[in-house]
Amino acid sequence: MAAATHETQHPTSTGIDSRKVLMWIFLASECLFFGSLISTYLIFKGDSISGPTPAEILNIPVTSASTFVLLMSSLTMVLAVYGAQHGRLGMMKAMLLATIVLGLGFLGFQAYEFASFVHEGLGLTTNQFGTTFFVLTGFHGTHVFVGVLYLLSLLLAANRRTGLGRERALHVDIAGLYWHFVDIVWIVIFTIVYLIPNN
Amino acid sequence: MATAIGAITHEKEGSGLWSWLTTVDHKRIGTVYAISGFLFFLLGGLEAVAVRTQLAVPNGTVLDAERYNQFFTMHALTMIFLAIMPMGAGFFNYFIPLQIGARDVAFPRLNALSLWVFLAGGFLLNSSFIIGGAPDGGWFGYAPLSGIQYAKTSGMTFYVVGLLTLGLSSLIASLNFAVTIINMRAPGMTMMRLPVFIWMTLVVVFLLILSLPVLTVGLLQLYFDRVWGTSFFSPSTGGDPILWQHLFWIFGHPEVYVLILPSMGIVSEVLPVMSRKPLFGYSAIVFAGAAIGFLGFGVWAHHMFTTGLGPVPQVVFSASTMAIGIPTGIKIFNWLGTMYGGSIRFVTATYFAVAFIALFTIGGISGVMHASPPVDTHHQDSYFVVAHLHYVLFGGAIMGIFAGIYYWFPKMTGRLLDETLGKISFWLIFIGMNLTFFPMHFLGLAGMPRRIYTYDADLGWDKWNMVATIGSYTIALGVLVFVINFLKTMRRPADAGNDPWGGATLEWSTSSPPPAHDFDVIPDVRDRDPLWYARDHNIAPAPVPEHLHIHMPPPSYYPLILGLGVLLLAIGAMSHLAVAALGVATAIFGVWGWALEPTD
Amino acid sequence: MGGTRTGRLILTVGAVVVVGVLTGLIYLAFAESVDAIAQPMTTWVPRSDNAELVHGVYRLIFILAGIVFAAIMVLTLVVSILYRERPGQLARQFHGNSRLEVIWTLIPVLIVVAISVPTFSAMAATSKPAPDDALKVIAIGHQWWWEFQYPEQGITTANELHLPVGRPVSITLTSKDVIHSFWVPQLSGKTDNVPGHDNHLWFTPTEARPEPYLGQCAEFCGLSHANMRFRVFVSTQGDFDAWTKATAAPRTAPTADLAKAGEQQFVASGCVGCHAVQGQAAAVGKIGPDLTHFASRTTLGSGIMDNNPDNLRRWLSDLDSVKPGTVMGEFLKGQPLSKDALDKLVAYLEGLK
Repeated sequence: MAAATHETQHPTSTGIDSRKVLMWIFLASECLFFGSLISTYLIFKGDSISGPTPAEILNIPVTSASTFVLLMSSLTMVLAVYGAQHGRLGMMKAMLLATIVLGLGFLGFQAYEFASFVHEGLGLTTNQFGTTFFVLTGFHGTHVFVGVLYLLSLLLAANRRTGLGRERALHVDIAGLYWHFVDIVWIVIFTIVYLIPNN
Repeated sequence: MATAIGAITHEKEGSGLWSWLTTVDHKRIGTVYAISGFLFFLLGGLEAVAVRTQLAVPNGTVLDAERYNQFFTMHALTMIFLAIMPMGAGFFNYFIPLQIGARDVAFPRLNALSLWVFLAGGFLLNSSFIIGGAPDGGWFGYAPLSGIQYAKTSGMTFYVVGLLTLGLSSLIASLNFAVTIINMRAPGMTMMRLPVFIWMTLVVVFLLILSLPVLTVGLLQLYFDRVWGTSFFSPSTGGDPILWQHLFWIFGHPEVYVLILPSMGIVSEVLPVMSRKPLFGYSAIVFAGAAIGFLGFGVWAHHMFTTGLGPVPQVVFSASTMAIGIPTGIKIFNWLGTMYGGSIRFVTATYFAVAFIALFTIGGISGVMHASPPVDTHHQDSYFVVAHLHYVLFGGAIMGIFAGIYYWFPKMTGRLLDETLGKISFWLIFIGMNLTFFPMHFLGLAGMPRRIYTYDADLGWDKWNMVATIGSYTIALGVLVFVINFLKTMRRPADAGNDPWGGATLEWSTSSPPPAHDFDVIPDVRDRDPLWYARDHNIAPAPVPEHLHIHMPPPSYYPLILGLGVLLLAIGAMSHLAVAALGVATAIFGVWGWALEPTD
Repeated sequence: MGGTRTGRLILTVGAVVVVGVLTGLIYLAFAESVDAIAQPMTTWVPRSDNAELVHGVYRLIFILAGIVFAAIMVLTLVVSILYRERPGQLARQFHGNSRLEVIWTLIPVLIVVAISVPTFSAMAATSKPAPDDALKVIAIGHQWWWEFQYPEQGITTANELHLPVGRPVSITLTSKDVIHSFWVPQLSGKTDNVPGHDNHLWFTPTEARPEPYLGQCAEFCGLSHANMRFRVFVSTQGDFDAWTKATAAPRTAPTADLAKAGEQQFVASGCVGCHAVQGQAAAVGKIGPDLTHFASRTTLGSGIMDNNPDNLRRWLSDLDSVKPGTVMGEFLKGQPLSKDALDKLVAYLEGLK
């Protein structure tokens, strides 16, 4: 996002670009953010006074499909970074687009899931499961959405006459860090919320 | 726009309001941080004096219960988030690049953004006084008292949104400083040659980076409880008020070290220079600081010893809390070791630094005392804890900040603060602070609980309360003398010279105040005390090459726009969705312009 | 003077004397502030078995703290005076001293060990479950008063807890609204009343006396947090039995005309919606304190003033200024009591012995 003052003139102390260091440290902070949300979910697990309970309402096959979609987006993101690093601009743009589409697909699944839960009587304030589930997955979805906007802006910028400039590989690489992080968080959420048996 | 100064060309900074609003210069941003932090310090001080006036005599009638609760809550929030942290951030901004030999921080525009978001947060929190009542549930906002059922005014919503905004500002600033220290050091400035102030800053920013997200989650949950009717913390509908306490203190305890470590760093700069000898046990002080930061994440539940944690967690958190006493003790001994064998110049900065050691020690001792859960069942929520925390935060953090102000003022302004007024101000603050806070130990022993707006005459609390109130007026007088000193000094010519103290670190090698580009030539660092190394080895300053063009980042108004977007979003979160949407739109516009703005 | 050996010695002794005098003064102030007569809420005068156990650690830690305090102050003063700059004295250039650093790492370690061992043994002793024969009490925090229930005796009372000397009491702590904290310094350290949780506390009072042990809510609980006080009366087993018998009985029916009218007023004004009076059929409210034996209590308003007709009249006519924020204050603002109603109610309530 922000361009640093000196990187182009002086090597950094670590040899790693400051913007990349920034993203790594930011993701460390994000770990604690999601860690707190997941802890809250676990603390209230099984504490719902009334239904619907997770066992009644979670649709594991559908969410497995959406998880697969998000995992595939990590693959296309890797390919986009590869394209950026090796000057294969067509591949980079196509894979950025694919990642965006897969990210939107995941968000579509999430919108469908939220809508069907509400339809089945589980809202934000219905019970502790509803509260913690919507807040946890909602914040994750928001992160995916921000990631989609991030990649979209890169794609639009890449289509300018000047493209992504001489730091093209770096820009895509940093976006990739964010995208993979959001994916990994989903793997954790999927395991904890969906796969570990709910009783 | 380039102008020639000698052989060096660089962009000239304007001096009008617009140049300050669009500045990305770390020194200007640091100055605004420091000055606004000091103004908030005065405001928080007035709130404290009002609280003390109410408690001067039994059954006081100066403040009613409602005002009193607002004042003690806002006093804490103001001093922690709007005074001590920003004054620390002022020093971080100003001196990180100067001490590590850089021309600016890693991300100058992010730096400006954190400033504007901080000002937005401070404005939001304090505007609550005139819009429906200030937060009145304590700075710790314990649920369910902070919930909509018991805190019916908008005060606690201001608390949630204000702290979220301030947290965002701190996170942005912390990320920026962390990258700057890790990545922007001058050649030869290895990690183990960093000034201790920089090391303590690094620990502080990592504490914030890792603890702020936990507070953010707690605040968001409280927001959902208050505004959207969820029940994270409301027990009647399945929530748990103890969860809030965990989330709050996982942030809240590291926050204590966020407040005190910068002052530890300042004292570690002032004492060696004034003693004219190197810091005693540099590595030990650095590792002790890092250990305090690390252990600081494992002690939060000592704030909760009376909540019914059970014996096993009590033992664990008691042991980890006591363990923090060990690195703290090491630091105190090393500072004394630095003074030992020296030729100490007792200027005002030294007075404050030595007072820091003595007063912080008192706060540290009482801290170890209530690390013991049985003892804590008496001290918790009594005036003994009020005494303890003020010895740490006033005797520690504030004394250290004053030491830093007197020490660095000539570098920031080119002027030395008046020593006579400085010493008068020091003694007033020092005596006043002990008169105010030492008697609170006795009040705690005599069973006086915290946060009570009134007390009866027959409990034996009246005498020491009166003494404490007199002390608080003495502090106020001392601060007033400091303000007079500041105003008087600013009218004098800037004749302090580059290095009035014979300093050891890089900031003293450039002019006072430093030029926009900080250093004509980026220094080559060969020792922990580079200026003393150069002095002792007769190394002349590097020659300034002719026709050097130093490129500095151009000013930008996008940080201001993005900051405005955050402010609108925050206002929208408390009022109407449309305002929030406008805020998001403004922010997106800001980010877009920011990304496309040329910086070369 | 500081340059010579004798000079240094004199300065060092001087610093020791100054800190000694300072510590002595602090000790005197300390000794004064732990006097139980002048400061009835003192934390230093334990009057129960568990409070005694805690006091052992408490005292040890204070003594250690005093020693560390005096030592660091002497050191700070000595180095400040000895190494103040003077002509001809140069600073000695050194970066550290490994042996010294090891020693002063060990000093805090030893102090921590010295504190933690007695701490953990005291915790082991006090965290045992209460004995089976303990008197059971439930203490419920409300904004801003205390409800005390004796489930085995079938008693519900408010703001005044009666206990027999020498018998363990096991108190279950909880809250109806926000977090409160139960603290009677002479009998026990504080434990929080957390809504949705049951906390436990037990101790055996060791001294029966006519004057009450004072307690106060110690966790900030809102507007009238300062006005949430209570009293604990520790008496002989015989006196306690007499108290339980009297308190378990229904109310004394009013006999005087004014008091009888007051009982009707108590219904007519809606008091019965919140307050229970055992023996009066309509008075079954659970929101406010049980008033069956209201007149036997020594204070009103949760320990904030003596229980007498004048204060009760103030309470009923100007509640918000006596104790801001209460439910009852809000209720009375909507329908203030006439002077006539006040007379009747005061007569009735002060007759509920």
